[in-house]
Amino acid sequence: MKNLKKILALVLALMMIAALAACGTQGQTNDGDTTVYRTLDEIKESGTINIGVFSDKNPFGYVDENGEYQGYDVYFANRIGEDLGVKVNFVSTEAANRIEYLQTGKVDIILANFTVTPERAEEVDFALPYMNVALGVVSPDSRVIESLDNWDANDEMIVISGTTAETYLIQNYPDIKLQKYDTYANAKNAMENGNGAAWANDNTEVIAFALQNAGYTVGIPSLGSKDTIAPAVSQGNETLLNWLNEEIVALGEENFFHADYEATLVDTYGMEYEDSLVVEGGVTE
Amino acid sequence: MPDLGLEVLWKGKNAARLLGGLWTALRISLISVAISIPLGILLGVLMTRKNRVVRALLRFYLEFIRIMPQMVLLFLAYFGTTRAFGWNLTGETSSIIVFTLWGTAEMSDLVRGALISIPKHQYESSEALGLSKAQTYWYIIIPQTIRRLLPLSINLITRMIKTTSLILMIGVVEMLKVAQQIIEANRTASPNAAFGVYLTVFLLYFIACWPISLLAKHLEQKWR
Repeated sequence: MKNLKKILALVLALMMIAALAACGTQGQTNDGDTTVYRTLDEIKESGTINIGVFSDKNPFGYVDENGEYQGYDVYFANRIGEDLGVKVNFVSTEAANRIEYLQTGKVDIILANFTVTPERAEEVDFALPYMNVALGVVSPDSRVIESLDNWDANDEMIVISGTTAETYLIQNYPDIKLQKYDTYANAKNAMENGNGAAWANDNTEVIAFALQNAGYTVGIPSLGSKDTIAPAVSQGNETLLNWLNEEIVALGEENFFHADYEATLVDTYGMEYEDSLVVEGGVTE
Repeated sequence: MPDLGLEVLWKGKNAARLLGGLWTALRISLISVAISIPLGILLGVLMTRKNRVVRALLRFYLEFIRIMPQMVLLFLAYFGTTRAFGWNLTGETSSIIVFTLWGTAEMSDLVRGALISIPKHQYESSEALGLSKAQTYWYIIIPQTIRRLLPLSINLITRMIKTTSLILMIGVVEMLKVAQQIIEANRTASPNAAFGVYLTVFLLYFIACWPISLLAKHLEQKWR
């Protein structure tokens, strides 16, 4: 009984330490002298590169019915693995934890439809871009809306709550009445039922919609600030960043991202938008 | 019948992937349950002891785990340990650690509650019969406690199974994540798949938790 008590006390003490230690890490910044990331040589030596991608964002990063990762980002990731001579280990990331993954070095590269913003650039290092994004507006063929400047006060604009389109319209066109939906499926239904005059969303989304549903036209293919999508690495991981930049420039010479577009995105967006969506060799206009 | 988009489940390996996700969720929760129940019982017994230091420490541990949302604990175990100590735990290991810490804490409180609900005269009578402390616990108190504990711990176990839906945030691809992957992969071809797939997920969680409830019912009747 005495010994049992001692053992219990020990187990308990260990658990408390673990709990306290976990508590202590909260809010601690990543300023230790140990680097979190793996350099290019370390990745090559290990034989595997960890790349964070979306697993539920068709057609950029998703898992097909056979359990294989597919999409525009994944196509690029596979090429990175090939050129480095290492195996690619795909890590399923969420929009909300992409930065955390890089800051803890749990992935080497994030290739998850990662839009470059100044706020994010303070926390991770972006390589050269490989895609353009902007907002777009789709409307029925019977009344194509090509400009938001003469908006009819009786018309309503369909948006999905929490998207950049919603924020942009509220800030820049406060007079436009918004009809908000929580999911893509609901917004799509509303558009098809004619509940709104137009639908504003990421331009890739509205282009895809117009292509798959006859009777709709993307009247405004590019609205708001033009952003780019780029791979990101842990802050300070220069060897990997430089390699990635060189790789993107080199791939531009063989028009790799056009091939990527044609392999993964053309079914969704059509050939018409290839040149406006793809960024080749890291060069934006 | 409305279009539930159930056809997506029969594409390729989708059904097997969903079941694989359920297995991941069950594996993590059941391993954690298997560790937390004995640990929780030990801690619960200790919580009824008179030693104030032990009691205060346990109380602190319990409240700490209880107040922290599981999501925060998962992030602390997965990302926090890497930042603080450079440990590179996998998502699955981190989940098991968090679920074990949580299960142990909750279990210990259940055990404490069950123990103090045993009337004092039970202890006194066994002492009068000349039973040692250990014998009292083993033959008199524990059998009665287990009966009281059963429904409460079943509740905890099913809660642990259901809470595994959070671990997709630390990169573990469990049933809910597979469901989202299937829905999104077929987003344009079957926009209604969300209904059918989530309905299937609901049924699978139910099928996973129901036998546990049945077992508990059976045991309760057997030990009456």
